[in-house]
Amino acid sequence: MNIYVILKQTFDTEEKIAIENGQITEDGVQFVINPYDEYAVEEAIQIRDAQDGSIYVVSVGPERSTEALRTALAMGADEAVLISDERIGSDEYSVSKILASYLGSQSVDLVLGGYFSVDSGGGQVGIRLAELLDMPHVGSITELNIADGKATATRDAEGDQETVEVTLPALFTAQQGLNEPRYPSLPGIMKAKKKPFTQLSLDNLDISEGDLVAKTERKNISLPPEREEGRMLSGEVSDQVKELVDQLKNKSKVI
Amino acid sequence: MSKTILVVAEQRDGKLRQVTYEAIQAAKLSSSEGDLIHLAVLGSDLGGLQDTLSSLDVEKVFVVDDTDLENYNPEAYSNALSQVLDSENPEGIVFGHTAVGRDLAPVISAKLNAGQISDVTAIDSSVEGTLYTRPIYAGKAFEQKTFQSVPWVLTVRPNNIESDSAQGTPEVEHVSYQKPSSIRTVIQEVVRKTSGKLDLTEAKVVVAGGRGVKSAEGFKPLEELADVLGGAVGASRGACDAGYCDYSLQIGQTGKVVTPEIYIACGISGAIQHVAGMSQSKIIVAINKDSEAPIFKIADYGIVGDIFEVIPLLTEEFRKVVATN
Repeated sequence: MNIYVILKQTFDTEEKIAIENGQITEDGVQFVINPYDEYAVEEAIQIRDAQDGSIYVVSVGPERSTEALRTALAMGADEAVLISDERIGSDEYSVSKILASYLGSQSVDLVLGGYFSVDSGGGQVGIRLAELLDMPHVGSITELNIADGKATATRDAEGDQETVEVTLPALFTAQQGLNEPRYPSLPGIMKAKKKPFTQLSLDNLDISEGDLVAKTERKNISLPPEREEGRMLSGEVSDQVKELVDQLKNKSKVI
Repeated sequence: MSKTILVVAEQRDGKLRQVTYEAIQAAKLSSSEGDLIHLAVLGSDLGGLQDTLSSLDVEKVFVVDDTDLENYNPEAYSNALSQVLDSENPEGIVFGHTAVGRDLAPVISAKLNAGQISDVTAIDSSVEGTLYTRPIYAGKAFEQKTFQSVPWVLTVRPNNIESDSAQGTPEVEHVSYQKPSSIRTVIQEVVRKTSGKLDLTEAKVVVAGGRGVKSAEGFKPLEELADVLGGAVGASRGACDAGYCDYSLQIGQTGKVVTPEIYIACGISGAIQHVAGMSQSKIIVAINKDSEAPIFKIADYGIVGDIFEVIPLLTEEFRKVVATN
């Protein structure tokens, strides 16, 4: 079975965001595998280990994404592919077109990815890709079982649980709860250095120029307004509670 | 020339969800004079919606009512919606950023080669065109985007775009569902865990628990408080990781982003990842034993104390106020 994991490198979720010259600054920032993509990598490893096959981790992004792909290799993925090119538009339309162009030329049984990225949060690329590859998909899954060319997935829909069966090849996007991602082991890190790592540019893909142009554009970026200093209540607990309710009702008028 | 914007409605238990009215408003804000706003409703056994649909403030309503559409199935739903899109050719399509909208919108965007802006919280018209505001990094920053081509697709976050109560007299057209030649997706079972409960992202009041709640049992007082205020219960990642509650309740950078009118953080320390998911709430109340907890830095009101003492008192006090409202 050929399992493809689409992966994005994102800011560590503990990072604070700062803006300089209209851009989010990357100075001194720690980068990680998008946490939801990490569930996808782990799930791929478990499926491969139980059923045999190979795991290819694929990323569209800047050179630094190499690090995230290496981490996935150290976790247990078999091969990595980085598609990096300054001509690629940055929106979900362009990225999904690139991925579709690459995966469309491979023999794919299963595609896994996170259900959104914690930086841009668009939640589009995985599902767009499924549609472009003409595969069924199940989004936001918390459980996945594969047998006899079919997959059964449990999906989280605003807290409700849906069990969905699809025929393979198919694409799944991972939600928290799917598994517990492993840490790369030291032997894993050593082995990762010898695993195949392919870097591609647009010249290696069969894609038209029109597919590279983003369909949306960022016009500006800002930080949320600072919250004003709040009020610590004091006195007996029962008095604090009375005062809080009174404030919410009469001052803030929210109840 | 006038253009059409299609709103994809969402209904649950025979009612339109509030986010649908917000999506109609988003369509209005994205339109120019003379443009038409149309609406599509997909589902099964939609007869009960008749009165609601025929008084919506839109020009036309398409109803696709078929047993195949009883539960959300991406293939069946995109097929049904494509039928409407083929005849309508809208310039814009608006979804709620809900479980269905988040899943269906990218399918449609890919089909139409359309740009999509997801999770929009505000819409402004400027000389540069219509600007769509959306949170990035789970609300640690905001970006404003525009579309560079048509058609375009939007998903709007529940609870952020204020809808009006305008009524209209749309033409209602029933579209018969044409089964696709093959369907690869089968919905085997749907377990409604949240039936009757308010969705976190739509709730006006959120009562959230952290590690300080100490156990699954410890969420009971929080649920009571939420019930009194007609709100929903949420949690920090710490509480989910500790197994006190389901991950579907998690608020934060990995998890849900909520913007209620009142956010009551109970026994939550205020890690940056959690704050990212709730800092845009209108009023934040924090209750924590530790007076040094970072959550107090962003709270409008802070109570230092044991949540198991404070919450029941708070529930009683709110109950009195709610009774007199």
